[in-house]
Amino acid sequence: MTSHQWALRESYTFDRNVIAEIRRAANTGVYRIRGFGAKRVLPTLDDLVFLGASMSRYPLEGYREACATDVIIGERTAENPVKLDIPITIAGMSFGSLSAEAKEALGRGASSVGTSTTTGDGGMTQEERGHSSILVYQYLPSRYGMNPDDLRQADAIEVVVGQGAKPGGGGMLLGQKITERVAGMRTLPEGIDQRSASRHPDWTGPDDLEIKITQLREVVDWKVPVYIKIGAARPYYDTTLAVKAGADAIVVDGMQGGTAATQDVFIEHVGIPTIAAIPEAVRALEDLGMHRDVKLIAAGGIRSGADVAKALALGADVVSIGTAALIAIGDNSPEREDEYRELGSSAGYWEDYQDGTDPAGITTQDPELSARLDPVIAGRRLANYLQVLTLEAQTLARACGKSHVHNLDTEDLAALTVEAAAMAGVPLAGTSWVPGRSDRY
Amino acid sequence: MTATFDLASSSVRDLNQALHDADRGSFHIANPRGAHAVAAGITSEIAVQIDGSVGYYCAGMHQRGAVHIYGNAGTGLAENIMSGSVHITGNATMSAGATGHGGLLVIEGNAGARCGISMKGVDIVVGGHVGHMTAFMAQAGDLVVLGDAAEDLGDSIYEARLFVRGDVASLGADCVEKEMRPEHTERLTQLLEASGLDASPADFARYGSARELYNFHPDDIDAEVAAAKGATS
Repeated sequence: MTSHQWALRESYTFDRNVIAEIRRAANTGVYRIRGFGAKRVLPTLDDLVFLGASMSRYPLEGYREACATDVIIGERTAENPVKLDIPITIAGMSFGSLSAEAKEALGRGASSVGTSTTTGDGGMTQEERGHSSILVYQYLPSRYGMNPDDLRQADAIEVVVGQGAKPGGGGMLLGQKITERVAGMRTLPEGIDQRSASRHPDWTGPDDLEIKITQLREVVDWKVPVYIKIGAARPYYDTTLAVKAGADAIVVDGMQGGTAATQDVFIEHVGIPTIAAIPEAVRALEDLGMHRDVKLIAAGGIRSGADVAKALALGADVVSIGTAALIAIGDNSPEREDEYRELGSSAGYWEDYQDGTDPAGITTQDPELSARLDPVIAGRRLANYLQVLTLEAQTLARACGKSHVHNLDTEDLAALTVEAAAMAGVPLAGTSWVPGRSDRY
Repeated sequence: MTATFDLASSSVRDLNQALHDADRGSFHIANPRGAHAVAAGITSEIAVQIDGSVGYYCAGMHQRGAVHIYGNAGTGLAENIMSGSVHITGNATMSAGATGHGGLLVIEGNAGARCGISMKGVDIVVGGHVGHMTAFMAQAGDLVVLGDAAEDLGDSIYEARLFVRGDVASLGADCVEKEMRPEHTERLTQLLEASGLDASPADFARYGSARELYNFHPDDIDAEVAAAKGATS
């Protein structure tokens, strides 16, 4: 290259992905629909670190001293509150978006470590009820497959107001996955591109929702707790209203939360990151004097025990995982690289959950593909993964001198960036400065 | 033997627990006074008579039994009804019969907005008029309206069938008027008889889905251009 020649220089504004999307849009006239979650760079829990014990704090012995992880949800209202052995649950994912084998694997894995799974749009299958010792039944705007007999079989009810991947948006399941069984469960014609409602059909605000929750409790004779799930957009106000509506637990799903199929523009541009959502929800609960009484379940991009511990330290009671659980049971596995290549993708990049062509047999309704997933082996993988998350969270809690993971708090954290300090409400590392809070300066 | 619950002195909780525990028999409910979730979650073939007006979600998630309300009802009357019947002599406000999977809902008076929203197999007969967005995203079942329908009837409708005797202010997206064939007249006759409401099936028009929104319709200019090049090469 001579001195007057430029090297190939990619535009930051119009990089290859942007150009490809413009070309795709110009060719089809239809917005991009895909699965997975946000792929853009976002502030994450990685921007926080723990301040392990030293002179001013006394650590617990890392391998020997007890560090409890149990949590109870709904003891204020429900005859049978949910009792989890670990503070990590499996998020709502529908049969339809996932194969029956995948749902069974999630149930097996979660049950073996004493935690819950959650249904999704389309109702409850016997595969997941049969293999989930604790099953949360989602009550969604579409009410696909909504059956009071299933409601009574549930261990908790989760009223879904929104989802982190698409706050304000409704569900979507494209025709490739609307098989005879899925269509039957949802009372839809086979093969249609199902676009479900973004609003509930019989309530329009928190006052109505309070009455709706009372009705749900009446139908199940006040036996099980009721959660409300919100996509993180305005978590302070949404959490406040959810408490007012009578929730036993509030699931706050940050924008890193995954989806089976949603418009790309929603996934990447709507909602706020999990690190910003948790503190706002906690602030709302504290202002109401309900923190720890109404449980907070944080979701959206949780990947490791460090994420679990940080979410709990910020004030959550439980975390919920979806994408990570799918990866644990085989999603995006390098073993399927050749097949991902044939589909125009690669292991680690696969996001076309909407197509139903998943080589791993997880996000598909194709019986030949789904038969590839051994629910017993996949369930063991999930159990191992959940165990690692728990052990990691316990290790960090002990290092901070805590005998229960719920004793972690913001005093145990520091932020590595000004943005993280502002969002999480913890001091910038090496300072006592919390941007926006004069009392901590 | 009819058991009586007076909601002036009994709680809705006690009432519903008694209804859930019963596997047969008749119940009379007095003084509902607009209470919510009255007779919600019935599962057995019991008969329930309610004298007075009820609040939200009366007879919600109803299964098998027969509920007769002598009064008016708030939002979500018989929402997600699965089977059995719910009959009201007065008016019902929003979202009556919402997401119902089966059974029969009869409203002698008028129904408010979103009657039959996302209905999934329930049959609904309304003696009076229905509000806007009635049968929004209605998936299955039959809705009969003896009066008029307000704006956007059947918006984004799937496979539900709508029969309206009066005027329709406007049809929603993908909802069109369809031919009344003999099987529709027969079905309408059955529903009118079941409801006890008097009307001639010949006076009704049928509406349903044009099925134009069932799938995305992506263009593919690249394929078109490639094909054209192939044809000329």
